[in-house]
Amino acid sequence: MDDIKVNQNPKLGSMDRPNSYIGRSLPRENAKKHLEGGGQFVDDLVLPRMLHVAFLRSPFAHAEIKSINVEEAKTSPGVFDVYTSKEIDEFCTPWVGTLGHLGEMRSPEQTPLAKKIARWQGEPIAVVIANNRAQAEDALELIEVDWEEKDAQVDMETALDDNAVVIHPELDSNLFWTRTVNQGDVNQAFETSHAVVETKLDFARHTGVTLESRGIVADWNKSEGKITIYHNGQAPHMMQHIIAKHLEVNEGLVRIVSRDVGGSFGIKVHVYPDEMAVAAISKKLGRPVKFIADRLESFTTDIHARCHKISGKLGVDKEGKILAMEINDLSGIGPFSMYPRTSAIETNQVLNLSGAPYVIPNYKAVGTVVFQNKTPMCQYRAVGHPIAVAITEALVDKAANKIGISLSEIRKKNFIPDTAYPNKTPSGVPLEDLSHQASMDKLLTMMNIQEIEKEKIANLDKNVLSGYGVISMCEVTNPSPLFYGVGGAHISSQDGASIRLEGSGAIHLSSSITEQGQGTEAIMKQIAADQLGVSMDSVRVTLGDTDATPYGGGTWASRGAGIGGEAVLKAARTLKDNILDIAAAIMQTDKNSLDVENNTVIRKNGGEGITLQQLAETVYYRGHELPKGTNPELLATASFLIEGIPFVFTNSAMGCKVSIDQDTGIIKIDKFWAVEDCGTQINPKLVEEQIRGGVIQGIGGALFEECVYDDQGNMQNATMADYLVPMAYEMPDIIVDHVTTNSGRSIIGAKGAGEAGTGGAPAVIMNAVNNALKHHGTEVLSQPITPEKILKALRKI
Amino acid sequence: MSAKNSVNISFSVNGENFEDVTVPTRQHLADYLRSQGLTGTHLGCEQGACGACTIEMDGVAVRSCLVLASQANGSSITTVEGFDDEVMQKVKNNFLKHNAFQCGFCSPGMLMTTKEIISSKKKLSRDEIRSEISGNYCRCTGYQSIVDAIEESINEIN
Repeated sequence: MDDIKVNQNPKLGSMDRPNSYIGRSLPRENAKKHLEGGGQFVDDLVLPRMLHVAFLRSPFAHAEIKSINVEEAKTSPGVFDVYTSKEIDEFCTPWVGTLGHLGEMRSPEQTPLAKKIARWQGEPIAVVIANNRAQAEDALELIEVDWEEKDAQVDMETALDDNAVVIHPELDSNLFWTRTVNQGDVNQAFETSHAVVETKLDFARHTGVTLESRGIVADWNKSEGKITIYHNGQAPHMMQHIIAKHLEVNEGLVRIVSRDVGGSFGIKVHVYPDEMAVAAISKKLGRPVKFIADRLESFTTDIHARCHKISGKLGVDKEGKILAMEINDLSGIGPFSMYPRTSAIETNQVLNLSGAPYVIPNYKAVGTVVFQNKTPMCQYRAVGHPIAVAITEALVDKAANKIGISLSEIRKKNFIPDTAYPNKTPSGVPLEDLSHQASMDKLLTMMNIQEIEKEKIANLDKNVLSGYGVISMCEVTNPSPLFYGVGGAHISSQDGASIRLEGSGAIHLSSSITEQGQGTEAIMKQIAADQLGVSMDSVRVTLGDTDATPYGGGTWASRGAGIGGEAVLKAARTLKDNILDIAAAIMQTDKNSLDVENNTVIRKNGGEGITLQQLAETVYYRGHELPKGTNPELLATASFLIEGIPFVFTNSAMGCKVSIDQDTGIIKIDKFWAVEDCGTQINPKLVEEQIRGGVIQGIGGALFEECVYDDQGNMQNATMADYLVPMAYEMPDIIVDHVTTNSGRSIIGAKGAGEAGTGGAPAVIMNAVNNALKHHGTEVLSQPITPEKILKALRKI
Repeated sequence: MSAKNSVNISFSVNGENFEDVTVPTRQHLADYLRSQGLTGTHLGCEQGACGACTIEMDGVAVRSCLVLASQANGSSITTVEGFDDEVMQKVKNNFLKHNAFQCGFCSPGMLMTTKEIISSKKKLSRDEIRSEISGNYCRCTGYQSIVDAIEESINEIN
């Protein structure tokens, strides 16, 4: 692991000092437990008198429940009871997945179990409660349902047709939400353009496939009137509000605990009907209840993502300067908008982010989001980015090819200059502190395109085609209240940190940011130890417990380091200040002559200091020794939020080289390069791992992953043997480098880094594939880019 | 549960003897081990595709979701909790050094496969390492750091 990277943020002080940890690739000592089998995941939890559930789920995409008989199931061995919506609804109120700040959204009420009509294959309709999961599953087979199958509206492209099946008759059509952005006059600009290029891209549905499935243990304590929910989620305080509201419990008597979480990627930040049912059952029975989704349930009920068809048009002048861009995006979100973040956000991001790196004076974007009888769709890692980046970068490549300039040259001509921030995206979203020019320059140096071109030409007559691509992109990170809170959702955009010196001299830190493996705990520790002047091993961290951490948003949209990290920095600085005040009083000297190094308050000019342990012992146990009036405060708390702008954007440039076997259609990614500008890197190794992991998920979407449905709305590949995820053998090594432009919004200067890989890889791979196919006058415009699609494009099949 | 639905077996886990224990005939080994508090063995798919539940049974890496508990009769089993020998300590140190895991859910299975790779005493190339671990799914890392950790372990140990 790299030892030292130069910290380029002057606000953080020199790295040439004791306890300088920000900017260093330190190993995650706290995560060692995972190598010992000592992780504590939800399914590892066993509580006394705990019951287990299994859900009966709709086998049809659209069907009416004419009648349901659970009596025989109730007599099955080990079964405690069987409930339908009638019993559950008494303990859980319905919800609606709409927000108020993005124009009209129309989505009906949703309940934990479907009442009369099931609207996707996998929607829960009844639940068996038993002594163990196996017994609960046995009893599912004894539930008798008289189904009347209805026509399903599966295809999003016909969802608004006159003869479409209207999934919610009370809404009169399948339209959920639509938005139009119109800046300048695209029609006039296209007319005056030297060249206009067009394309239409298709993105299949895929899903998060967290290795640990969704899980919950709900524990209603009747004697306290309190419910504790162990939940592998990302936003404990959001869940606290949701549970309190819909179970009608005082919010202060809801405790959400998120211990170790086996990957989330946005999948685990939403409110799921089955999890709400489990909370309701626990409240009804006064006993702990566990639900762990099996893999079939994961595939058919975890939110899906993407599912877009987008057309785009780009006009350029004869030099290649972009004059206008127009896009039209259609997305299908299943039968309900997810709660509480809504299923409008992916399309909204497509509209916001398309064209974002470039100066585009005229921009028009239309997004249409419709209901369909498939699994609900919602926010998954890099929300909207893959679609926005792919359509933009595909058009830019086409324009370069049409007017005969290089792929890098057209981008350089059109970037918003690094010196021209603050600025705006073509859609009007504020941008600041970005570096597309410097990042592309660095990428091109790493790639050596001349060599790649030579190899490509040498391969032209061979069976293996070579191609390459380069892309630039903006990445949404560190959202402000303007993302969700403004629309009425109880989702905190602020995060807090609380830090204390304990009697032993140890430091305890708690943060509202949660850990799903990114390294939250490690970076929080680095920031605290760095700012306090203590060793890493003297800091202990508590995360993921609404009873034990400050209030805040949790981990999503790459907000942990930039928002939560800043709160830790501020709290640590305050605590250090308090420590120095107390030390100055004890040591009878000027505070400014003191500092903290290696867990000791030192005299800068030499002489004996006192350890933090000695100081703490004096304050806590022998407070009478302190000079009168000394403030004994050894606990500091701070909060931070982004103000005035919707997001702190990160930017990224990526390149890749691919080989395509013309006989098999198999694409091999020979090399992949990424340059990321996420400002201050608290732990460069962890940043790189976010980028690498993100790229691999992007490769999954680009080449392999698809939730395949038949035309009745049956998912055809809901197993891990049939749904293809990236495995090690097909994946390349990824070369990562950085440009550093600190965010001016905070002292720490960090932006997020978790989305770019997933957001950019699909675009750069598609561009590289089409760069290779260009020689044959063909292209593939649909993801995943399967061997079959390649062979069809090459007219081999 | 009636007698025909269960069976009595004896085996050892990480050197601890499980004598004449009653297990449901339909219970897979992973569920049994987890029911005994050995929760380091994780379940990702329960059909042998993801590799998270990989354990060592009589010296061979097996998917414990595809082995019935009853089939373990007479066998010697090692789970991630039993990895305390010098070789596996080195492997674990390399996993930590290279950050060869994020959420940690795949790690027990990945370590088990690594143990088998190391035991083979072969000097594998990075591509060969990638091939060997292609039965273990990791959604977080992108695999490169895992390959780094295994490569260094091979160089250090073999």
